[in-house]
Amino acid sequence: MAIWLIPFLPLLSATLLMVSTGRMPRSLTAVLGAGSVGLAALLVALLAQGFLADGQVREVTLWTWMAVDNFTPRVAFYVDGLTIVMMSVITGVGFLIHLYSIEFMWDDESLCRYFAYMNLFVAAMLLLVMADNLLLLYLGWEGVGVCSYLLVGFWYRDADNGKAARKAFVVTRVGDTAMALGLFLLFTELGTLDIQPLMVAANANWQVGDTLPIVATALLLGGAVGKSAQLPLHTWLPDAMAGPTPVSALIHAATMVTAGVYLIARNYQLFLLAPPTMQAVAWIGVATLLLAAFTALAQHDIKRILAYSTISQIGYMFLALGVGAFASGIFHLMTHAFFKALLFLAAGAVIHCLHHEHNIFRMGGLRTRLPVVFWSFLIGSAALAALPFTSGFYSKDAILLSAWEQPDIGPWLWAGGLLGALLTSIYSFRLVFIVFFGEAQTEPDRQPGWRMAGPLLLLCLLSLIGGWFALPLSGVFPENGHAQVNHSVEIISIATPLLGLLLAYLLFLGRQLSIDKLLASPTGQALKSFCLSGWRIDNLYNALWVRPYTNLAHWWRNEPIDQLYNAVVAASQWSHRTLLGLQTGELRWYATSMVFGLVLLLAIMLRNAT
Amino acid sequence: MSMLVLIGLLLVGGVMAWLAERIAVNLSRWVSLATVTVSLLYLLGIISGLPEGSLQLTPDPGDGSSWLLYLHIDWIERFGIALEMAMDGLSLLLVVLTLLLGLVAIASSWSEIEFKQGLFQANLLWTLAGVCGVFLAMDLFLFFLFWEVMLIPMYLLIAIWGHEKREYAAMKFFIFTQVSGLLMLLAIVMLAWHGQKVNGHLSFSYFDLLGLPLQGRSGWIMMLGFFIAFTVKLPSFPFHTWLPDAHTQAPTAGSVLLAGILLKTGAYGLLRFCIPLFPDLSAQFAPVAMGLGAAGVIYGAVLAFAQTDFKRLVAYSSVSHMGFVLLGLYAWNNLALQGAIMQMVAHGVSTAALFMMAGALQQRLHTRDMRRMGGLWHQAPRMGACAMFFAVASLGLPGLGNFVAEFLVLAGLFAVQPWLTAIAALGLITAAVYSLWMIQQTFQGKPDEQRSMSDFGSREMFAMTAMMIALVALGVYPQPVLDLAQPVLDGLHGLVQDSMLVAQVRP
Repeated sequence: MAIWLIPFLPLLSATLLMVSTGRMPRSLTAVLGAGSVGLAALLVALLAQGFLADGQVREVTLWTWMAVDNFTPRVAFYVDGLTIVMMSVITGVGFLIHLYSIEFMWDDESLCRYFAYMNLFVAAMLLLVMADNLLLLYLGWEGVGVCSYLLVGFWYRDADNGKAARKAFVVTRVGDTAMALGLFLLFTELGTLDIQPLMVAANANWQVGDTLPIVATALLLGGAVGKSAQLPLHTWLPDAMAGPTPVSALIHAATMVTAGVYLIARNYQLFLLAPPTMQAVAWIGVATLLLAAFTALAQHDIKRILAYSTISQIGYMFLALGVGAFASGIFHLMTHAFFKALLFLAAGAVIHCLHHEHNIFRMGGLRTRLPVVFWSFLIGSAALAALPFTSGFYSKDAILLSAWEQPDIGPWLWAGGLLGALLTSIYSFRLVFIVFFGEAQTEPDRQPGWRMAGPLLLLCLLSLIGGWFALPLSGVFPENGHAQVNHSVEIISIATPLLGLLLAYLLFLGRQLSIDKLLASPTGQALKSFCLSGWRIDNLYNALWVRPYTNLAHWWRNEPIDQLYNAVVAASQWSHRTLLGLQTGELRWYATSMVFGLVLLLAIMLRNAT
Repeated sequence: MSMLVLIGLLLVGGVMAWLAERIAVNLSRWVSLATVTVSLLYLLGIISGLPEGSLQLTPDPGDGSSWLLYLHIDWIERFGIALEMAMDGLSLLLVVLTLLLGLVAIASSWSEIEFKQGLFQANLLWTLAGVCGVFLAMDLFLFFLFWEVMLIPMYLLIAIWGHEKREYAAMKFFIFTQVSGLLMLLAIVMLAWHGQKVNGHLSFSYFDLLGLPLQGRSGWIMMLGFFIAFTVKLPSFPFHTWLPDAHTQAPTAGSVLLAGILLKTGAYGLLRFCIPLFPDLSAQFAPVAMGLGAAGVIYGAVLAFAQTDFKRLVAYSSVSHMGFVLLGLYAWNNLALQGAIMQMVAHGVSTAALFMMAGALQQRLHTRDMRRMGGLWHQAPRMGACAMFFAVASLGLPGLGNFVAEFLVLAGLFAVQPWLTAIAALGLITAAVYSLWMIQQTFQGKPDEQRSMSDFGSREMFAMTAMMIALVALGVYPQPVLDLAQPVLDGLHGLVQDSMLVAQVRP
């Protein structure tokens, strides 16, 4: 089967849509936009079926991208179990989101532009996961970044959207630049960027704990934290919610933001050579998941809650990678794609039916008014909170267990993850209770149609049963069999989300507990606004980077270098004026100066002669 | 002979375009268009007529037949000056780029010039002739002659058809180029004189002057004479300050030619003359040159961000991008050199497109001030899409030519100067900042509903589409350009193989 068709179909569709510049009928635009991704999903399904049958890694080379000396990156694909999982998520969840988008975006005048960008995104994301070398991966990596920029700023008339889009691009570009330096280092030292030969060469040339692999993986990690919105480069993601909600579901929840996780998993042999980097990955994961979970508790914009929750959940994936549980990380990536896409699409349905309302405190009582959305949200939240037997339960549980088994730092990582799980459960159900229970604040003016409800129901199903999927990852990652299951640890892991659910119920629905008094106090106020602002990290970065840079630009605006040349000009003009003063036109003055000159010359000659 | 015919075609075409104005006002632009098209076809005809495999030959300085085209006619025998011209893959690439961008320049000024159209087209064609001569001359005296020939018509283009501060800008351009050209002339004469002492006969031929033992103070003076002349043209920090004024004030066609081609003569000069003639001194000087390159990358990007004038912003982005060329040239390994050559081509296309965009905006809105734009996407979505494309090209999006160039330069540089690479790589971030800010200020934001503005017409879309296709082609399959340049680089490596330049690269 022609594997290249899979990314090519959305790419072709994107090109057609762009060339049509909106002159295509809307229905055709929708069919092309969603259909191309649907077809790609079918091809992926066929590919996956073939792969599950024979387990053969598929490699396809299309052409040599460029060849200079031994730098010969190819446009080539490498499809193993990991790639299959990623491709299935991208095209499967991607297709559902595209289908949903048809209804969600139908009234928008720029439907064509929307689908063009979305399809381009899917193509770039597929290239990212299918690339057999790091340069082609980087192409996909930057490509999804640009599509994210275009889609966050999709509603370009509002300057705030443009600002959020630029922030998303520039902050991730900081990470991307580190990643590019990592590629230079790897190529200079090992002479190739093809991933599989690179892993072989790294293992052959480097020992565990050498400086070079540590530096190289740290640079790659820079790219990963940027793209996956982890500390310290996470600040772009909450603002990126300015884009249309299906965009948030596809790019900022299910696929692009997990690219960093994929990058580390794909190059895991390299990371295993650098234990300090691995530890850094784990700690970044824990720190991020806690920070984001705390922040999510205080938000009142439905999409920002979900955005912080995404950051937090990717923190779990990083934790998994950092403790070497690569398969668990990818497993959580997949289940998270299901339930977070579900939550975003459900949130989108709420927003769509509620006149673009984002504030959860102006919602309420939607349980009976939007039943499909309510059940979707409930199931999504249950999976997010990792309630028993949902998909999130299996994946998160595996991560916590692996963290526990880590020597030395294991219990600390585990405790951090567990606290995060408690917080996750609280903020998830806070959202559910406030939005769907209680008294109605705003009446919905429409009900979601089948194009919106269908994807919701399918994602509900996936969020419920996704935990039972067996991923074909055994050939990709080393087996790390759990030594023995520690039952008390297991029970605590199960009980924590339930405790969170109970707390959320008591706080936000039953109101047996109240934190109103605490919040009303000055300390509470300060704490709340601290959390609401995302721990003031944006202010910090503004003071550290943005303002100094704009000030520098302002200061240099008039070209300090040019002042130097202007000084030369001024000097020659001055001498021109001065010498001009000598030219008086008076004969006596000329004669006098000639005599004086002559005398001076004679004096010098005589002095030299003696 | 064919090289002389090519240059003659352009010169005569210029005269004809000038005269054509007397017959009909708009005839001259057709003559101009025809001249460049014919020249291009003529060149391609000659190249396709070459024996098979010529493009893979490594040009050998001592052997005219190893070059694609070679011409030697004695001229001023007393001083050893000859009409010596030669074409290899690099010259071919740059001459083709020159003619193609010449077409773009004509297209971009199709309806912009309102007086003295004939003279305008004549100056445009004479500039092209001068540039082609620069890329082909192998006699240093002849090279200097062409260097001046391309300068004067460009000066006139700015001084006569430029914008509000045209006289200042033209004068600044002229003085910078002229002073640095004088330094080069002195260096050329000194070099020929040195050559006479060593070889026993006076000659200005590049091939005779290669491999001279040049050391000490006089060597440094000569090398710096060439270096300054070429880096003023490139332009490199800190000699770049003529460029923002000249680009901003020039008519659109002038900016397209300046950014697209004239800057490349500086890079070409460094690659063809400055480094091979002075390999040891260049090796010693390389850290300074690379430092200037990295400084230019950052400085240009910061200043681009500070601008409110669309054209000035693009002009400063050129300073930043040309920093990569300087870095690539002085890193002097195959990867970085290929990157530098690629950057010349890709930057030529992407910047030409951005200047064309600037011209189109100015023609429609009568301003270049971005604070008075905003939301233009609403009125002109096709212009917006083109601007977006070339903005992301100039910030180095993979899949487009500029990325290949910058990646190769930085990857090559990393083997030589890892820390400097890290600094230069910051340019990738700053490029994103100014490119996206440019798009925000012009095409995004709240549209002014009262403003009426026409979108790109089919002539403009044709030129834009051609340049987009070129950048995508360069981005996904740059091999034809790399293959064309590789024999030339092999030849250059051969010239400097015994020098210190080789030693700086890790094996």
